[in-house]
Amino acid sequence: MLVDRWRTALAASGRPVTVLVLLGILLAMVTVLFMTYDLKGSLDFALELRGRKVGGMLLVGFAVAYASVLLHTITNNRILTPSLMGFDALFVLIQTAAAFFFGTLAFLSLDVRLRFGIEVGIMLAFAAVLYRLLFGGENRDLFLLVLAGIITGTVFTSLTALIMRVLDPNEFMTLQDLLFANFSTVNRDLLLVSAAAVVAIVLATRPLLAQLDAVALGREHAINLGVDHRAVVRRCLAAIAVLVSVSTALVGPVAFLGLLVSNMAYQLTGTFRHRYTPAAAGMIAAIALIGGQFLLQEVFASVVRLSVIISFIGGIYFILLLLREAGR
Amino acid sequence: MIELRGVTKRYGPNTVVDGVSLTVPGGGVTALIGPNGAGKSTLLSMIGRLLPLDGGEIRVDGLDVSRTAGDVLARKLSILRQENQVAVRLTVKELVEFGRFPYSRGRLTTEDGRHVEEAIEFLELAEFAARPLNRLSGGQRQRAFIAMVLCQDTDYVLLDEPLNNLDMRHASQTMGLIRRFATELNKTIVIVLHDVNFASYHADRVVAMKDGSIVADGAPGEIITAPWMAEIFDLEVPVHSYADRPVAAYFAIG
Amino acid sequence: MSTHSGPRPASGRIRDTTLLGLALVSLTAVSAWSLFIGVSDIGLSDLLRAEPSKMLLFAVSRVPRLAAILLSGSAMGVVGLIMQSLVRNRFVAPTTAGTVDAASLGLVIAAIWLAGASVFLKMTVAVVFALAGTALFMALVQRLRYADIIVVPLIGIMLGGVIQAAATFLALRYDLLQSLSAWTNGDFSGILRGRYELLYLVGAMTAAAYLFANRFTLAGMGRDVAVNLGVNYLRVLYGGMALAASVAAVVVVVVGGIPFLGLVVPNLVTMTMGDNLRRVLPLTAVSGAFFVLACDIVSRTIRFPYEIPVGTVVGVVGGGLFLALVLRSRFNAG
Repeated sequence: MLVDRWRTALAASGRPVTVLVLLGILLAMVTVLFMTYDLKGSLDFALELRGRKVGGMLLVGFAVAYASVLLHTITNNRILTPSLMGFDALFVLIQTAAAFFFGTLAFLSLDVRLRFGIEVGIMLAFAAVLYRLLFGGENRDLFLLVLAGIITGTVFTSLTALIMRVLDPNEFMTLQDLLFANFSTVNRDLLLVSAAAVVAIVLATRPLLAQLDAVALGREHAINLGVDHRAVVRRCLAAIAVLVSVSTALVGPVAFLGLLVSNMAYQLTGTFRHRYTPAAAGMIAAIALIGGQFLLQEVFASVVRLSVIISFIGGIYFILLLLREAGR
Repeated sequence: MIELRGVTKRYGPNTVVDGVSLTVPGGGVTALIGPNGAGKSTLLSMIGRLLPLDGGEIRVDGLDVSRTAGDVLARKLSILRQENQVAVRLTVKELVEFGRFPYSRGRLTTEDGRHVEEAIEFLELAEFAARPLNRLSGGQRQRAFIAMVLCQDTDYVLLDEPLNNLDMRHASQTMGLIRRFATELNKTIVIVLHDVNFASYHADRVVAMKDGSIVADGAPGEIITAPWMAEIFDLEVPVHSYADRPVAAYFAIG
Repeated sequence: MSTHSGPRPASGRIRDTTLLGLALVSLTAVSAWSLFIGVSDIGLSDLLRAEPSKMLLFAVSRVPRLAAILLSGSAMGVVGLIMQSLVRNRFVAPTTAGTVDAASLGLVIAAIWLAGASVFLKMTVAVVFALAGTALFMALVQRLRYADIIVVPLIGIMLGGVIQAAATFLALRYDLLQSLSAWTNGDFSGILRGRYELLYLVGAMTAAAYLFANRFTLAGMGRDVAVNLGVNYLRVLYGGMALAASVAAVVVVVVGGIPFLGLVVPNLVTMTMGDNLRRVLPLTAVSGAFFVLACDIVSRTIRFPYEIPVGTVVGVVGGGLFLALVLRSRFNAG
């Protein structure tokens, strides 16, 4: 009986499940390669260091991917990602502003968990403001969302630079390095807090997944089908705020990653169902991050940052996507 | 039964719907007519709780639409607005399946499957069932959305200008289908119509709005008359009789 | 887009002139004031006494700086206006059409492979890249089914992002990241006599744009209207875009990118005065200069005696203004 049901479910949803399995295998392969390639010196130390990096990239990949899928669904489009809306720029701004108000040293000496908690709190407040701004009115306009988001992001970035320069005009670059994380320096405590936050978000949003399928049809259809649209959207925005905090705190802004992997997930799985898309997008993101980092580090031994390559590929993909959607 | 009491909607200084009271008993087709900006679509959206009320009260079978849980209402009433663009890529069948969402939350039972089949059959969409929505013509897509609403199997169905952008054949076929909903499936239908002649032939009752208020309410034969048309649309329209029904010959003026 | 175009009563003309006059007077006043802001204290009396050291500082640093601000500010305002008219989209500007990023990519490439070349040659490379980047943008936009107000600038922004990623890639490999960030973020602190003179070229090009203003307006009404009125549409379109791209590239070479300027200033001006370029171009030039000057004064005084790049200040102020504009347009429309 159970097997039968499973079999029919597989038949009905064959492609998404196959894709998920294949992605899982690929992810496992990339991870093993990253962990074991050319191990030298103290095995324990090397494994711990690499493990931390892999953990960070898995978390970041999933957080970015899930946040993008959620935002796509509640705004009914496939191009608007949290980073396009200035979410990660805001997180960086919050970090800098906190350093400004509390003093750089005092802020950096705060417990990582406490620091992260404060930052997430402010992000949530921002998500609430954003909700009122975007969904408070009766007519929403994608054009405004995207444009206002890009502008806000630029303003946040400029404001961050401004605060840093005012904070310490001579040590601008040092400050930038000190405040902002990257892939090679993943803090252990932060990794644990982030993992806990991501697990909490996944558990909290699981009951929403079926309703999100209906929300993807648009606000009016979702309401007609009995979904409490406001509540779902509000919870999703809160989840997005936490997820973006996680990824930005761990490795800084990774523009375009979310856009790239979510759209690839829609295409590969051939479905919009939220039972499959977040998992697929998350795995694609992790594969891209771990595999990309491996190639850069081990194969090309390059100084070039992964985020630059993601921006390059992501930007081109995005333009192609736009041309295919709106092209003749 | 749908009961409206003192329903009001304002946008800034403009009152779009002004203290409307109306009772629609179960069964039949009730057509809302009136000039552009009269508040018909706004009123319909408020009944379907797509828009919050600024005053008054709306009850459907005794349930206050502003307070009742969304999923309870979704099994009681459905609403279809005129613009139906869906961002995600869905096939016709997938869309129609969403009509069962209020019952099964996305996990279709055998009974849900039966409803889906029936709705697709009723709207003669079987040959397009596996086709993505964006590869349908406007008329076919409109029928797919109507099938979803039908599949939702609610006693009350609210339709906002469902004939918009349909050609003559599709408009008349769709209106005929809607009429069959009411007659064969015993649904209560409230429909906003631009063309008073469709109301004349297919509605049981015509409610005319102007400037946010109801100005006329009665059987088609009573409302589709030259004096009433002049009053509602500010236009002298000759009204003829054809097949025992009034026909407003508005296209012959000018 | 057009709010007040078309024939207007004589009183409108008079109001235009008054407005322009007022703007010019305030620009002159603030310009004069700005000359006396800086680390070294210079008073009016020093000038009157013709104190040699102070006069030298004035001639080598303060005056060139002011000239650079006025020239680049007005030029970027006008360039934004022209691009918005020609592409028929009020959110297109050198920063949202890939132009600025292409110019800085050109500079990176010139710095790598033409390291010893003259500024003029490097500028030429930047201009060529800016032209190519803008042409690519135009080619992409023409592949759109319809020129959606949002998709067009989005394509430009993304194209800019891709080009910038390529530039960053090269900069990382050849250790030019600091130079690149100077080109992408406008800064007047390095402006001295001997380097800003390229901007006079920009001034001349901006003035030339005024001569073609009517043709730009017509092209902005679409191909059909333009052709019907006997304008060579394609020539005006490509000529105008090439002019705009070249001007923007030269500004990038001398000053660096100034975000939002080409978006905010023309939009604010056309919102009150309509889209007839001949009418709005002078005020746009003056407003652009005024805007940059005001931001430059802020950037010099906010953390005195240190200076903050003007691009950063414009990013905050201009971005805030633009956001307000965009949100306002929503309430007007809704």
